[in-house]
Amino acid sequence: MSLVQEIDYGTPARLSDKTVTLTIDGESISVPAGTSVMAAAMHAGTKIPKLCATDSLEPFGSCRLCLVEIEGRKGTPASCTTLVEEGMVVRTQTPQLAKLRKGVMELYISDHPLDCLTCSANGDCELQDMAGAVGLREVRYEGGANHFEKGSALTLPQDTSNPYFTYDPAKCIVCNRCVRACEEVQGTFALTITGRGFESRVSPGGTDFLGSECVSCGACVQACPTATLNENAVIEHGTPEHSKVTTCAYCGVGCSFKAEMQGDKLIRMVPYKDGKANEGHSCVKGRFAWGYATHKDRITKPMIRAKITDPWREVTWDEAINHAAQEFKRIQAEYGRESIGAVTSSRCTNEEVFLVQKLVRAAFGNNNVDTCARVCHSPTGYGLSTAFGTSAGTQDFKSVAKADVILVIGANPTDGHPVFASRMKKRLRAGAKLIVADPRRIDLVKSPHIAAAHHLQLKPGTNVALVNALAHVIVTEGLLDEAYVRERCDLLDFEVWARFIAEEKNSPELSEKHTGVPAAEVRSAARLYATGGNAAIYYGLGVTEHSQGSTTVMAMANLAMLTGNIGRDGVGVNPLRGQNNVQGSCDMGSFPHELSGYRHVSDDATREAFETLWGTPLDVEPGLRIPNMLDEAVSGRFLGLYIQGEDIAQSDPNTQHVTDGLKAMECVVVQDLFLNETAKYAHVFLPGASFLEKDGTFTNAERRINRVRQVMAPMAGKAEWQVTAELARALGYPMNYPHPAEIMDEIAALPPTFAGVSYAKLDAMGSIQWPCNEKAPLGTPIMHIDRFVRGKGRFMLTEYVPTEERTGPRFPLILTTGRILSQYNVGAQTRRTENNAWHDEDVLEIHPFDAENRGIREGDLVLIQSRSGEIALHAEITDRVQPGVVYTTFHHAEPGANVITTDFSDWATNCPEYKVTAVEVRRTNYYSKWQEMNREEDLTLRVIAGRLSPAAE
Amino acid sequence: MTETDADPTLKLAHMARQIADFFKAYPEEKAVPGIAEHINKFWSKRMREDFLAAFRQDDPRLDALVAKAMPKIKGWQA
Repeated sequence: MSLVQEIDYGTPARLSDKTVTLTIDGESISVPAGTSVMAAAMHAGTKIPKLCATDSLEPFGSCRLCLVEIEGRKGTPASCTTLVEEGMVVRTQTPQLAKLRKGVMELYISDHPLDCLTCSANGDCELQDMAGAVGLREVRYEGGANHFEKGSALTLPQDTSNPYFTYDPAKCIVCNRCVRACEEVQGTFALTITGRGFESRVSPGGTDFLGSECVSCGACVQACPTATLNENAVIEHGTPEHSKVTTCAYCGVGCSFKAEMQGDKLIRMVPYKDGKANEGHSCVKGRFAWGYATHKDRITKPMIRAKITDPWREVTWDEAINHAAQEFKRIQAEYGRESIGAVTSSRCTNEEVFLVQKLVRAAFGNNNVDTCARVCHSPTGYGLSTAFGTSAGTQDFKSVAKADVILVIGANPTDGHPVFASRMKKRLRAGAKLIVADPRRIDLVKSPHIAAAHHLQLKPGTNVALVNALAHVIVTEGLLDEAYVRERCDLLDFEVWARFIAEEKNSPELSEKHTGVPAAEVRSAARLYATGGNAAIYYGLGVTEHSQGSTTVMAMANLAMLTGNIGRDGVGVNPLRGQNNVQGSCDMGSFPHELSGYRHVSDDATREAFETLWGTPLDVEPGLRIPNMLDEAVSGRFLGLYIQGEDIAQSDPNTQHVTDGLKAMECVVVQDLFLNETAKYAHVFLPGASFLEKDGTFTNAERRINRVRQVMAPMAGKAEWQVTAELARALGYPMNYPHPAEIMDEIAALPPTFAGVSYAKLDAMGSIQWPCNEKAPLGTPIMHIDRFVRGKGRFMLTEYVPTEERTGPRFPLILTTGRILSQYNVGAQTRRTENNAWHDEDVLEIHPFDAENRGIREGDLVLIQSRSGEIALHAEITDRVQPGVVYTTFHHAEPGANVITTDFSDWATNCPEYKVTAVEVRRTNYYSKWQEMNREEDLTLRVIAGRLSPAAE
Repeated sequence: MTETDADPTLKLAHMARQIADFFKAYPEEKAVPGIAEHINKFWSKRMREDFLAAFRQDDPRLDALVAKAMPKIKGWQA
């Protein structure tokens, strides 16, 4: 095995209908018009020396190394900035070019330390390569001013403030690649060149990297041709020797990475250019925050205990699995078939999720299976399926490059989906207009070279009123795309809807009373959305996690159909999925009412197909959702739960209710990397495997199925899919798969949208967007092109119903929650990495007015009380939130953000209303009772774990 | 302990009312089957049974549309 090498063409690929033919070093080559001579040469197999060029960046023409001769032209133009022309004759190697290049290299090297043997980039340095390529044998300039010698006035100290990479100014050749990567690829503009001439130096804005605007995406590190910006892991361990392409296990963007290894040690994650979701880019989590995978907190031995107050006892895999199976059988015998269930994980592979739901349906004999999508995007599934016929986003990520108007509702892409945000920002810098609908001023509203045309700063819980008002304007002002509606949508439904939406109650003027957004702003935004060209909607959990989450999804679908913005590039309704495999876990049949492929359990033909393949009758009745399981547990009728890779005690709302439910159960089996919060209530602990330790697939938010490839052996000896299969066998149901590829074959045999998917095809194509079947053998980047999956698009009536979670004298503020870039969801992974350098605690954002009224100062400990409970956090005073609204993240377990969230939920799916909790905030000197109790429980847990092997300490 | 923890069937009635709140925008001949269909599609058998056992159609705690939808809920016995 060796490193996966990718060709660097020097300049970005250009698309054109026109082909240009030229001759390079006597060889004829045809390339798309707009291609650079440098890239054309690389296509012809000739590598022109270069330093400031790389194909992730626009050409810059500064290093003067890529000079060529072109017949009929004077001088020696830079091949990176010279575009191909028909009939052009180019020479890349002549005596004059060789002399020029050698001279250029000599100058570069005259100001570069010649410590190659001990340099961290040794063997992976483009400067070294180029010195070799041009045949540099001597450097005549010695003893002059330089930036590297000790004692030189120009030598700057290394910047080691970033936990993941080091900036060594002594090695810098001022090629600008890092600065351009920060601007063009990431879009943060944190880096600049300070000084002029020989004084020029890369700088993160005059401060150190950690204290700067830098978001630590690593694009600069990747772009750097020398050791100036290099990963600390490479500095410490040396260069990797082999790699495999795999998929990130963080957010729903699903970036492809080369996991670069030394033996079974991961050295670095390098974003894969051929990865269609990320095209060579990454964020701080995916590129750097993988240390959790080998963290000392990993539990690698199965454990059991009779009561949750007992210490854990390490046992063999067989004993743990048999114990779990015996308990589940006992509970079913005693309390009935419906008394047990399972929760699948959006952090596990498609194959693993498929097996867990199969275990429930075939071995448990009921449909009590649910997934964490219940608490995030279940309304997306319901809403989009009702309107369009498919429970998924309509576009590929690339589509945003063709959007003219981008409407971001209830999403914070720069923090939650940073790599997609970079694509979006690139398009916005190129002129697309932005409408942001969010209670909080997210970064996108105003960031370098980007300003939202409209920030509709609505009150939490009023999405439906706002989206209805946008549609009202479009209908009443006649801005709709009548031809599209007539051709593509159900006209009867449309007419009923149009009458409804035109009612005065849906006007921006009346909606303003609910939303707080000035009517004129709404009218203006609606006109822009309807008439600004291709309009695309991107949304997140700020849409779904409401009591009207599903209604908002349908309201957005209405808006898109109304304006003809579905079914082509640059438009659409696109959920930004939270976890890496939320889409996949839903596709695989994790919901209690649906089999794989979103087909209802009551559908006889579907059930029959599964029954035939699985050799067992299946339950015709829908099973329990997570909140229903917990309700039934509290009432003593649901006693056993198998939870794979989820931490419902931390992530689900109204913690007290969740833990009451868990405590009431007789057998809770937790399968996880760590002893998470839920494991406090578990009787069996089955160690999980990280994404580095197994084969499988993840499906991202654009329906893209990407391969996950094993790069190290499972630390506990087994991957989750093997354990699930063993549990099924212990329950008496045969499940035998030699490899996850066979599980995928079974998946492909069942839901029609996956019919054409196989590991062989994934290996050949890199990735596939479902539906992939006979009609679309290569997958489907954009859906609903000629017709909606359900036939005609369906307009649904979306009456605004205010949430029952009301503010009042006791709880006058609304708490809403969200995420931050450096941490990921419940933080189980990122909290076990150096990412804590950016965010080591959850704080409460409060507006200066509200803070002043309560005598709260920056950093004060404040008590947040809701109808469900109370917690204490430190206050951060900021006008990012509007008066009356406070905000926190939920990445840390100790503060217990979900102690105060309520169990109100979406009407259609029971997705919790995390985004609206009425609270009061006041200064305090104490942590809350729950927090103190939780701290004591943690201590107990650690004491119990301390009796075990060092790995569990 | 909340009111619905003490009597879980109240939670079911609350869920049913939320469903009715969505369908209220439609005329009754569409709303009533819409509510029942949603419950049949997404509630487990036991949830439906518990609900039907706990409430009579004339229960004042029930939303009027939910009451009308009850005979269409699977497991209904007049």
